[in-house]
Amino acid sequence: MIQAQSLFKSFGNTTVLKDISATFDKGKTNLIIGQSGSGKTVFLKCLLGLHEIDQGSINYNGVSFEKMNLKERTQLRQDIGMVFQGSALFDSMSVEENIMFPLKMLTEKSNEEIRERTNAVIKRVNLIDANAKLPSEISGGMQKRVAIARAIVMNPKYLFCDEPNSGLDPKTAIIIDNLIQEITEEFQITTVINTHDMNSVMEIGQKIIFLENGTKAWEGDKEEIFVTDNKAVGDFVYSSELFKKVRATYRKK
Amino acid sequence: MKLFVHIGRYFIMIQKIFEKFTKWPILKKLILTDIETLIVGSLGIVSFISFFVGGVVAIQTALNMENPLLPRNLMGFATRQSVILEFAPTFISVIMAGKVGSYITSSIGTMRVTEQIDALEIMGINTYNYLIFPKIIALLFYPFVITIAMFLGIFGGYIACVYGGFSSSEEFIDGIQLDFIPFHVTYSFVKTYLFALLLATIPSYHGYFLKGGALDVGKASTTSFVWTSVAIIIVNYMVTQILLT
Ligand SMILES: Nc1ncnc2c1ncn2[C@@H]1O[C@H](COP(=O)(O)OP(=O)(O)OP(=O)(O)O)[C@@H](O)[C@H]1O
Ligand SMILES: [Mg+2]
Repeated sequence: MIQAQSLFKSFGNTTVLKDISATFDKGKTNLIIGQSGSGKTVFLKCLLGLHEIDQGSINYNGVSFEKMNLKERTQLRQDIGMVFQGSALFDSMSVEENIMFPLKMLTEKSNEEIRERTNAVIKRVNLIDANAKLPSEISGGMQKRVAIARAIVMNPKYLFCDEPNSGLDPKTAIIIDNLIQEITEEFQITTVINTHDMNSVMEIGQKIIFLENGTKAWEGDKEEIFVTDNKAVGDFVYSSELFKKVRATYRKK
Repeated sequence: MKLFVHIGRYFIMIQKIFEKFTKWPILKKLILTDIETLIVGSLGIVSFISFFVGGVVAIQTALNMENPLLPRNLMGFATRQSVILEFAPTFISVIMAGKVGSYITSSIGTMRVTEQIDALEIMGINTYNYLIFPKIIALLFYPFVITIAMFLGIFGGYIACVYGGFSSSEEFIDGIQLDFIPFHVTYSFVKTYLFALLLATIPSYHGYFLKGGALDVGKASTTSFVWTSVAIIIVNYMVTQILLT
């Protein structure tokens, strides 16, 4: 479980996060949604300590992140996996080397064990025939799979995904979403996902935090989001023609 | 004001490089790759430039020596002095600021904008050490490049003089040996080591702290070239002032 309490973050004179509190539960896919520029990525990076927060507190399983020293943070990070918005694969390494990298870097496992573990996750994310290819030689959907494989190779307790399915076709996007949800439930991971995709919300929105201009404007789940009277959420959800139609048919019933 | 912020952040960066080391097998691989790209990869262009500029220095000296009273071995002497004291260490380093410097800035900068550095950071890796330390070690071999530049520069001068008919082979070689002060070579290599450190760290700084997107990588490479050259010129002046006067 991860708890964030009254987080504030600004860059220079612009305040990007204003008083955000949220709890992310174990074994669930926790979504952070909101318009482009609402502060989702910044929020995620604050939780990870990639940005230092100005005010507030972050707890990992009850332990305060700010109070951890460098060694404790390094320890915690071995339990964290992250899928970046643009995959962030190491472009000088092959797919296989990318996935092995955390194991080689952070564990004392033998080559045999590393290979075994790598093959297991490659299978888990359905990456076929890509081991020796460079990231630039595979499709966007496959890059995401590699990024997910790299993120889960260390058996993380916490998984962060920044728009894991942006730039993918709807079908592949749903496959990726479901993959993340399955892994989350299978290994009881605390998963936090940034998205602005309503399809993801409907698929895997077990818990949803809605950000608007850097503040938390709403919180709920995928059932509640369609019936809330919160105006900002309504505008976000029903911005597309498709969802307007869905709403219209709902209301007729 | 902003300059001081940069200088402060630069020295903090240098300190952080040595805080927590990357695992040796991985570090070794990175160092070898960097030696290959930064040192071996530069030998071609450095050799080419040194040889021809050495030749030009010798010809220029010859053409400015109309006076028949001047000894003919002056050409060898002048070539040696200018190549060893300035041309090889300083001039080549400014060229390397363009070649090696922009390579370092753009490769680290690309990793920054594509969030690869964040990805390393998440794994609890000291990214300063992982990215910059191998480049510093690789550039410890930089004096080797400069030695080749010195040798080829003087050799280029020799070829130009002897085959251009400006002096005889004996006269030129005699000139090379004339009034040789070993301390000049020491001075030259002290400079070279300092330039190597600048070449490894200033471009790394510009890449590491890059903000923005792909376009900014290009801009940062240019800025990095300018600042590395400026730093080289300033350090050159200071070292000369301290060691030679
Ligand atoms: N390093 C930074 N320095 C200054 N401002 C930043 C920085 N990172 C983000 N911002 C600003 O913070 C705001 C929120 O950005 P953020 O990247 O979190 O948006 P987002 O919700 O993730 O959007 P998207 O859906 O497009 O990814 C933006 O206005 C952005 O300009
Ligand atoms: Mg984002």
